[in-house]
Amino acid sequence: MQRYLVQRILSSIPVLFILAVIVFAVLRVSGGDPAAIIAGKDAPQWQIEAIRNDLGLNKPVYFQLGVYLGDVLQGDLGESINSKKPVITLIKERIVPTLSLAIMTEILTLPISIPLGVLAAWKANTWVDRGILIFSTLGFSIPIFFLGFLLIKAFALELPWFPAAGYVPPGEHFGNFLHRIILPSLCTAILFWAFLVRMTRATMIEVLREDYIRTARAKGLAEGGVLITHALKNAALPIATVVGWGIAELFAGIVVTEQVFAIPGMGRLIVDSIVRRDYPVIQGCMLTIAVLQVIVNLLTDMSYALFDPRIKY
Amino acid sequence: MQEQIKTLNVGSLVDIAKKQWGPFVDKLEWTWRRHPMLLVGIAILIFMALLAIFAPYLWTVDPTAVDPPNRLKEPGSAYWFGTDFVGRDVWSRTIYGTRVSLAVGFAVGALSAVTAAFFGLLAGYFNTFDLIIMRIMDAIMSIPHILLAIALVSMVGGSVPIVIFAIWFVTFPRAVRVVRSSVLSLREEVYVEAARAIGAKTPRILWYHVLPGTIAPLMVTGTLIIAGSILTEAILSFLGAGIDPETPAWGSMMADGRRTISMAMWVVGIPGGFLTLTVLGINMIGDNLRDILDPKLSRSGT
Repeated sequence: MQRYLVQRILSSIPVLFILAVIVFAVLRVSGGDPAAIIAGKDAPQWQIEAIRNDLGLNKPVYFQLGVYLGDVLQGDLGESINSKKPVITLIKERIVPTLSLAIMTEILTLPISIPLGVLAAWKANTWVDRGILIFSTLGFSIPIFFLGFLLIKAFALELPWFPAAGYVPPGEHFGNFLHRIILPSLCTAILFWAFLVRMTRATMIEVLREDYIRTARAKGLAEGGVLITHALKNAALPIATVVGWGIAELFAGIVVTEQVFAIPGMGRLIVDSIVRRDYPVIQGCMLTIAVLQVIVNLLTDMSYALFDPRIKY
Repeated sequence: MQEQIKTLNVGSLVDIAKKQWGPFVDKLEWTWRRHPMLLVGIAILIFMALLAIFAPYLWTVDPTAVDPPNRLKEPGSAYWFGTDFVGRDVWSRTIYGTRVSLAVGFAVGALSAVTAAFFGLLAGYFNTFDLIIMRIMDAIMSIPHILLAIALVSMVGGSVPIVIFAIWFVTFPRAVRVVRSSVLSLREEVYVEAARAIGAKTPRILWYHVLPGTIAPLMVTGTLIIAGSILTEAILSFLGAGIDPETPAWGSMMADGRRTISMAMWVVGIPGGFLTLTVLGINMIGDNLRDILDPKLSRSGT
């Protein structure tokens, strides 16, 4: 296990390297010249050239990549072309709202969706199952920004229970923070909830048809024990895959939710930076998210061994 | 003659239909009893496909025609679905928007299923490929797919093939992961071991013994991908990074309607409703298709 862990951590370095190269390549090949954008619409050519020279944009791409990777290894993500602030500072400012949203969503999701999925599988093909499935399919099919609009229309405009948009840092006023984060979290949670219920049900149904479940029932084990110890544990592997995958989905959902609810998080930072071609910020943010994702993937793979002793690392 | 006409009631029509297309009608009846949601989903999808195909003939006007004096008209007899903030006809825009969504969804679904089966089998069955393939997949997956898609689309511009390529690129690694994780346990199955023991060649084992086992998860994932790609396309259009805004698409319609949400909910609600209904239909098909295709899960005999 320890050897596997070290191996996996080492092997995530190439993942991050490949990622940095992909992001770098995509951004450099993409049209649009940050120097021209900074200089303004009617700037003379020499001014654009000067800015390009300043930013090192006239050097070959592989040279820029090398310089960038060297800086990253020293913990320097560069500074924003647009606001001149260090990228690390910008990320530190913006990561709290995004993480709060992610954590709140998980809190609203996991304790509800997995038991519901198990229930649906246990009561498969009954009305309980159909009801849960229809609701989860519906939740899964609504585009997240449309859901956001509906929530805003219903719970902010028609019934003025929550503010329609905005964000308060948790350190400033925790009550207001909660009040404002609930509607956006609910918006992401409904999507994630639907997704997890579906997958839990699907894998549980498959597992519940196995011979060892029949055996467990035949030897008179209580139904709860069969469901939890025998079935859920065996279904945990695909479910864990889906939760790990779901976290990438979650970040994607948060990008949209932040846009709809005007939350100043990393998603908005990145979308704004893509529009402005602020390369260092985009790279820094993507690298940060990638590090988070690599950690989650690692935990997912490690959880396989935890749930299924047949898988050895 | 008189009697013949009398007997031509609905019941006898079903009889005639049965005589003519017997097996098909039986099959339809059987499906309707066991998987009603499958037929509902197919009906929704056929309806949307018909809208997409016959868009120019469905009493539509030019979906890009701006008419400021008639802006934000409520749905009524003149404008079935009302007009948006510059007076464009929401009915026409919604109908034409069907085309973009369906084209992107099905193209991405088909591409992803094939590529995921291929890479998933390689990665799951051969340890040597596993390391390389999964590291690349991890790298792609560790960027939130919407952000990477935005970056890719902004690379070349928002044409339909580019959007399809971008969504495929950010989606298929997830399917590879699902296929791989089922291959990982399938290759330990006794029947695979038995096939190996009697000397079956590796391609044969993969094709006849491992691949069929990945079909059920791949079906579910494939459906999720078609539905998800339609949603992703809408999100890209919504964020203004999708197909060029001249082409009517549901996502960009809703982005336009955002500023008038408090007074004109229909500008957002109608494309949102169509989008939800389409995705819902596809998800219903996937759910039921899975039950039918996977013999282990079939309801017959239970």
